[in-house]
Amino acid sequence: MTRLSTENVERAREIISRYPSSRSALLPLLYLAQEQEGWISDDAMRHIGELLDITPAEVLGTCSFYTMFKRQPVGKHLVSVCTNIACLLNGGYELLEHAESRLGIVPDETTADGEFTLEEVECLADCDRAPCLQVNYRFFGHVSADDFDRLVDDLRAGRLAETVPAHGIMNREQLPPVAVRHAETPHGTGD
Amino acid sequence: MAFRDAPDILTGRLRFDDSHTLERFLATGGYDGLRAALARPPAEIVEEVKTSGLRGRGGAGFATGQKWSFLPADVFPRYLVVNGDEGEPATFKDHMLIERDPHQLIEGIAIASYAVQCTKAFLYLRGEFALGHERMSKALREAYTHGGLGRNIFGSGFDLDIVLHPGAGAYICGEETALLDSLEGYRGTPRIRPPFPAVEGLYQKPTVVNNVETLANMAWITLNGGAAYAALGAGRSTGTRLISLSGHVNRPGNYEVELVKATFRDLFYDPALGGGIPGGRDVKAFIPGGASAPWFGPDQLDCPLDLDEVQTRGSMMGSGSVIVMDDRTCPVRAAWRITKFFAHESCGKCTPCREGAGWLEKVLRRIELGAGREDDLDLLLDVCDNLAPGLSWPPGQTTICVLGPSIPSSIYTSIRMFRDDYLTHVKEGGCPFN
Repeated sequence: MTRLSTENVERAREIISRYPSSRSALLPLLYLAQEQEGWISDDAMRHIGELLDITPAEVLGTCSFYTMFKRQPVGKHLVSVCTNIACLLNGGYELLEHAESRLGIVPDETTADGEFTLEEVECLADCDRAPCLQVNYRFFGHVSADDFDRLVDDLRAGRLAETVPAHGIMNREQLPPVAVRHAETPHGTGD
Repeated sequence: MAFRDAPDILTGRLRFDDSHTLERFLATGGYDGLRAALARPPAEIVEEVKTSGLRGRGGAGFATGQKWSFLPADVFPRYLVVNGDEGEPATFKDHMLIERDPHQLIEGIAIASYAVQCTKAFLYLRGEFALGHERMSKALREAYTHGGLGRNIFGSGFDLDIVLHPGAGAYICGEETALLDSLEGYRGTPRIRPPFPAVEGLYQKPTVVNNVETLANMAWITLNGGAAYAALGAGRSTGTRLISLSGHVNRPGNYEVELVKATFRDLFYDPALGGGIPGGRDVKAFIPGGASAPWFGPDQLDCPLDLDEVQTRGSMMGSGSVIVMDDRTCPVRAAWRITKFFAHESCGKCTPCREGAGWLEKVLRRIELGAGREDDLDLLLDVCDNLAPGLSWPPGQTTICVLGPSIPSSIYTSIRMFRDDYLTHVKEGGCPFN
């Protein structure tokens, strides 16, 4: 069972109170689950449904729409290589091919040691540093084949733990306060 | 040159390494604009923004002040939703503004919220911007502590909360009504209009949706006046704007330029801007306004950065991203990759887009890989015409939002300009550029 921890349930309630309608907290709560486990299990979705008073199917229906929510375990490091137009013009596919051969996997696969998952992604909005990639959503720009090899070595050795936290950890800052909180209105219209 | 004499409205602070900190923000006039705005009646701020001629920087280019004035009077609550879901391929200006000057955006959101009299704003920030989320969270906390957010802002009696909300990897959520669905906790699919968000938006309440860059202008307009902003640029293209320049240029990057005063040639070749094409090669084609925009050939290099002029010539400035392709670029591969993007990002709600994107991508891939047929070109144009009847710009509308009808842009313009390249793929059974 991978339900949200007691601490995360508290955080979930705090997040829900920010919105006039509790369902708005669905994406933030899915991020909480992903932060806790590194991916989002059926149990976690069921638990989120309970917290928001919606069905597990509704949670899954929304969750499955968004590519950043991983419904299967991914490697310790999610390597997302952009091949969209600006990267394509600057060697994005060559970088992806190099990544495939260096890691010995194709996109959407995970290395046998569980260290790396590779994916091909759409434009990351870092085009002046093409070709670019992200590891656990942290940017690396102007990545050459040599840079990539060094990056893999550094990640494996844990030398980048400061800049690249574990997959699922998106925002290490404390959320800002809000002056006005809302009572839970699961099916409300925001009044 | 004139386009370099304009003030740095959006990027002035970015020359400092610590531009994202509250200390730097306050040392460079930060929150002066908000204080000035709060000392005036809200309607006056709306008028200043109308006078400025500022148009939305997200892509559609709608007049910001006018958008605000569509809110029905005396209907509350109402919301300001900030679109920070930057995803149009090759657009990276909001990414920079969010990471490197978060307080400028917060101040802009607060001024706009005061102008439209809403007390709750939502900042929908693209999920992939992890550093942006961290910087923005910290900046928001600082803004509350500083008195620039929360209750009774700077003693004015005006209250405002900004809720930071994460996207999760869906380009379509940059479309304003899909964004609202996403913010309500649903799949991000566009809504049929009317009703427009100004009347029934978030939670069916009156809602303004504005882009990050649009709002980053607010402090300057408040402090300097709408007329000073309108004095920059010309016609419907007033002020400065950020151009995201990428592809085959020596100096890719975000450049703040005065509209109309610069041409695409200036943008690509000026030593302070693009700095020329690597290896001194020629421009084969360029995309003047993001992956959704029809392509231009080198014959359009002297076109000014002017919304109307670019549209008259059959394309758009869109999100302000310009992509340069040199003479070694395979137009089939480029058009295929853009189409693959749309096929992946189509939300699936409307049939022409959901089905059309997939088939267009397959046919383009077949040509690029050497298995194409000569009549594939007619097939592509026929499917394109089903998505955007007439194959012109702005496109004929067949779907709820403009994603679908934008898909043909790269395909029909590249076929018109580079038919021979397409045919060579078919005749030689492969890509001649490999």
